[in-house]
Formats: sequence, C-alpha cells, structure tokens
Amino acid sequence: MSKIKCQCGHDNPFGTVLCERCGRPQTEEAKESKLVDMRYEGSARRSQTYKRSIIDKIWNFFSSVKIGISIIVAVLTTAAIGTIFPQKLYVPVSGEAELAAYYERLYGIPGTIYYKLGFHDMYNSWWFITLIGMLGTSIIIASVDRVIPLYKSLKKQRTKRHPSFMKRQRIYGEGPSENPDDALIEAEGQLKELRYKVKTEDGALLAEKNRFSRWGPYVNHAGLIIFLFGILLRGIPGFYVDETMWIREGETRSIPGAEGYYLESKAFIIENYTKEEADEVFGDALERVGMIAKNYQTDVTLYKKEEGSLPGSNQTNFVKDYSIIVNKPLKFDGYNVFQMDFRLDELKSMTFKLTEKATDASFGEFTVDLTNPEREYELDNGARVILSDYYPDYDGIENGEPTSKSPIPNNPAFIFKMVTPAKPDGEMSFVAIKQTLETEVNDYKVNFVSAETRDISGLTVRKDKTLYLLLVGGIIFMIGVSQGSYWNHRRIWIQKGPDGGLLVAGHTNKNWFSLKKELDKVKDAANLPSYEDRQDKESNLDDKEVDKI
Amino acid sequence: MTKAGKKKTRLIIRTIVLLLLVSAVVYTIASKDKVKVLAVGDKAPDFELVDLEGNKHRLSDYKGEGVFLNFWGTWCPPCKKEMPYIERQHNAFAEKGVHVLSVNIAEPHLKVETFRDQYGLTFPIVIDKSKSVMEVFNVGILPATYLINKDGKIEQIITREMSEDEIISFMESIQPE
Repeated sequence: MSKIKCQCGHDNPFGTVLCERCGRPQTEEAKESKLVDMRYEGSARRSQTYKRSIIDKIWNFFSSVKIGISIIVAVLTTAAIGTIFPQKLYVPVSGEAELAAYYERLYGIPGTIYYKLGFHDMYNSWWFITLIGMLGTSIIIASVDRVIPLYKSLKKQRTKRHPSFMKRQRIYGEGPSENPDDALIEAEGQLKELRYKVKTEDGALLAEKNRFSRWGPYVNHAGLIIFLFGILLRGIPGFYVDETMWIREGETRSIPGAEGYYLESKAFIIENYTKEEADEVFGDALERVGMIAKNYQTDVTLYKKEEGSLPGSNQTNFVKDYSIIVNKPLKFDGYNVFQMDFRLDELKSMTFKLTEKATDASFGEFTVDLTNPEREYELDNGARVILSDYYPDYDGIENGEPTSKSPIPNNPAFIFKMVTPAKPDGEMSFVAIKQTLETEVNDYKVNFVSAETRDISGLTVRKDKTLYLLLVGGIIFMIGVSQGSYWNHRRIWIQKGPDGGLLVAGHTNKNWFSLKKELDKVKDAANLPSYEDRQDKESNLDDKEVDKI
Repeated sequence: MTKAGKKKTRLIIRTIVLLLLVSAVVYTIASKDKVKVLAVGDKAPDFELVDLEGNKHRLSDYKGEGVFLNFWGTWCPPCKKEMPYIERQHNAFAEKGVHVLSVNIAEPHLKVETFRDQYGLTFPIVIDKSKSVMEVFNVGILPATYLINKDGKIEQIITREMSEDEIISFMESIQPE
C-alpha cells in the first residue's frame, strides 16, 4: 500500500482525492477539474485501500454502492414476483402433489412454472433469505466503509486550507480587501450570530454548523439493520408465535404455541345491528344486504397448568375470565389471542323419543350429548335405551360396518338397543339423519325430536417479542431520515489571500440556497468580496439583477 | 501499531464480520422449517393421561423399558387396520419389556370403549381430551407412532400405517437388553 505524499508534507492513504490536511487535490482528475467532489471529504474510502486477500475482495464487493443498489433491485423484483400468484400459505391445499395441481388448475402453464421455480413459497426460500442477508451485509459494510473515514476527516479538518482547495469549491469568491483582519473579525461575529461554530487559525477562518446532519444516512442504516435483526429473531423459538386454533363452545383446549395454557370457550356471540338501533347509520345498507355484524365475541376462561404438573393431567389453575372481541385480544404472558373467525351451528346434542310403532305411545325423551355420549338412557315405564355405538361423521357402510370419516359430528349416526318390558332382550336399530335401519322388524322405534347446536370460534394466538425491537429500529430509521433531511451541514471558509485580498468558499451537503443567504449576510456585515455559485450560474445573474433594482 | 499489524487486525475484523453475517443467514434458512419439532434422539416429554378405567398413566412410569406410543382415532382407517397387529405384538413383547401406550385424540369415552371391546384390545388406552399431549408431541396426522427406548429417548417416529412385520422390528428396536 503506497502513501500519497502531498506538497504540504502530509502522508495520505491510497485513494485519497483531497489532502486530509490542507485540501490540495491529489489525483490528476481532481487537479484538472474546476470543482471538486466533496463526497466523503475526498478521503479514501476504506475499501479502496487494498485489493489483496479474498476477504478484502468480498468486503469491497459489498462496499460498492452499485452492488448495493443491484441487491435492492433484486429484492424488490423477487418480492414483487411473489405477489403475482397466492403464496403457499394462502392456498387451501397441502402436500407437494396437490400444490402442483392447484397452481396448474388455477393458473395454467404460468402457474406450473411459478410452482416449479419455487415462487409459491418465495419469502421462505433460501435464496430470498440469502438476498435479504446480502442486503444487510451490503448496508453494514458500505456504511462502515464510508462513515469512519468521513468522521475522521471531518474531525481532523484544518481551518486553513490551501487556496487550490478553496478555488475548487462550488461557492467561491476572491477579491481585494481594505482591511482583511477586521473583515475576518466582523465575519466571525456575524457567523456566530448565525450559530456557526467558528475556528480561526493564522489569518483563516472556518465556520461550520450542523455537522451531525452528515450522520443521518448512517443512523438510518443502523435502524434498518436493527429492523432486519428483529426479523431474524423471529426464527428463534420463543420469540414469535403465530398459530390458529378452533375451539367449540364448552370445550377446553391447550393453546397451540403457548405450552401449559388452556382455554375454555364458554360461548361464541355474534350480534347484528337491528333496524331500530342503527337506522340512521346503516338503514340503507341494512335494507340492501340484510345483515350487518355488530359484534363477534368469544367468552373464554384461561387456565394455566399447575406448576410441575405434566401435559395431559387436568391439574390446572384458573387464571381469568375474558371476552375476546375483535381488536380486544386476550392478553397473558406476552401472548395475544385474537377473535378471527367463526363457524356457526355445529351439532351439539340430539334429542330422541322412544315410541311403540303400533300405538305411537311414547316412553319419553332422551338427549345424546354428541361430544360425550352416555351409554344408557333410562326412560319411563321401565324402558331404557342403550347406545351401542356412535358414528359422528357417518359415511356409509363398509364391510358390513358403519364408518365415520371424522370425529366431528357433521352427520351423526347411532346404533340403539331398545329395551322395553315387552322386549327385555332388546331390539336393535340403526338411526342416522333421515334414515333408520333395522335388522329385523322391530315393535319399537327411536324418533328424532330436536337438535341443539353450538358455535366454533376461530382464534389466532400471537406472540411477538421482536415487536419492540422493530419499533426501535423504525424509530432510529426515522431519526436518521429527519437528521439528514431537515438539517444541512454548512461550512464557510474565509482566509487572507496571498496578495492581501480575501478568499471566500462555502460548502453544504444540500440546500445551497440557504447557505448563500447566510453567506450574503456575512458578506454584507464584513464587506467580503462577492462570490459566485459555479454550478448554478443563473442564480448569480438573478442576484445581480436584484442588486440593480 | 505497525503497518503489518494493522493490516492483520483489519483482515481478522473483516473475516469475523463476514462470518457472523453468513452464519446469521444460514441460521435463518435452517431454522425456518423446524421450529420446536420433536426429533429423533430427543427426550420424549413426559405426560399424564387417564385411561378408560380412570387410572393415571405417565410416560415416566415406564422408565427403563421400551414404550410403543401410538396416537390414533377410531375414525382413521389405517389406525383401525394396524390395531390388531399392535394388540398381538403387545402380548408378545409385554414380557420382554416393551409396552404399548395408546393415545386416543379427544374422542368420546363411549366411542373409544366400544372400539376397544370390538377389537379386544388389552393394552392401556388413554384419551388426550385437551389435545395437549398431541400438541407437545407435535402430532399432525394419524396414526403417529413414537418409539421410545429405555432411556426415554425417541428412537424413531412413524407417521404412517405399519405392517405387522414392521411393528415387530420396531418393538425389537426398543427392547431393553
């Protein structure tokens, strides 16, 4: 690594554009140009110092802004592709073969290509995560590579710069002065009034304000990194839970994702607006659509398992009763349980009546609880019904045996043994909805009387410990944005020229107009030579015209 | 610091930073799919469930012996199919220190009792009413069978119907010597 020795005698690192000490241009390009590129103060970005080992090469790759922008474009493109067709998560099928068929059926050839390329699970694919990782790497390395040299060169900047540095600034003026020393003192006073920090050295003056604005982009990037880190934490068990659970009225279920907690559903309530109470607001809409929901609610009780007891044992302690309403989740131990969905009217119990076929005389009614049926039901006059078997989701007869296709009472069927004083051995009857089968002709029958239903609540269980981290990241991000946008780093150099005149130069990272306005005030107060904006020549003309008027 | 020393420090710092970033990405990819899933080699979580007669059964009761832990439902055809095989092998292996513990998922007592009598099952059948054991074992589809060895570790997880020969070899694999 070769050092660049400046005329002033200072050793600058390789890649330096402007001498760290006096500001003389160091590269041929900078020497020839009229204006100098003030990005990073002309200091050597760290990535430029070496091109040696493989690590340095990787480092330099990520340090490049071009590469960074390419990565951002790649992330945006892939993320956008992921929205063309629904993601795997939102598709109502599971299993690879079914997924393939689903995409083909709904979206044809593009769907098949989409599935084959793995775009159906874009945001969990290894290459998308890798891209995000590269983005994070790029943000960190590019920032570190720039902020450290910038910080150092701003910290050790000299008050007195070489005239060649002054001459290459965008705002520059030179001219004779009657009393340069007085002018410098006047200027210092005026600049201080404008809340500049002023340093003087050997007939030179440097006024500077709002340097912290330069750190805005890096603060902003730090916020982004914290945000990405928070997202990363979601993968670690215990930080993030997002589960759904279906719970029936009367049921007690363990809460998925929240081990040791149980939820009992007391009732699901759905309320609609009535014409009377909401005529003014919803009157028209009620007439048009018929129903408008007012409230979805699940009344629950939360239990926690006894300390040290095992899963499955019912040693639980009451924690609290709560009514989960939309946007009013049940909160416990960092978890939130939200009301998300519901299904109405699943069969809960069925009531039957035992009658004698010939006379239609009844022995009374009995009710079968479909979730926990009893074996025997005692009826009047010494009769009883024995429930031999029960099929909650009857699906026809297979190999001479009735089958149930699920444990959910969608289509219950029963085998009853009817024991009456006249038939003490009992008669068998198979009873399903709208169907009764008998092995031999019976004297008695079981008639369906009525059914009771219950509702099912769809709840979402969430826990997100990363939320505060994301919030902190977001706040830091916004602090960085405002820091860089609403404040501008302004510097004004004034020094005695070689021939007794004065040199004036100014620089800001943005909002040149305000810098010029402030410089005008200083110029008037201290009688400084007039300057020109060498990038925006028109503004100079405007100023002169204004002067004439 | 000398020039060479500075260069070396810089190389080390850069290597560490890059390695950290790469491992973060690799970790994220690796942990994406298998969040807290019970795996082969893990200690089987203990539980306590009640059988049809009201007796409590704990997994830890079988410490030092093999446990053939079978999750099932009466409505699940493959579960029904393998039940007679399990019953036969239960009788064959009970004295050799392999026990069948059968966990029904939240079905009515009557239903499970009728099924047991119909199939003549003699091993203990417990009902997981709150589905909490199912949750802890991360049982997705039925039947699911966990082979637990004498040290209480999960030897194998089978999430499909088993033939009788398979059941024999599975039970042999967890037989304590």
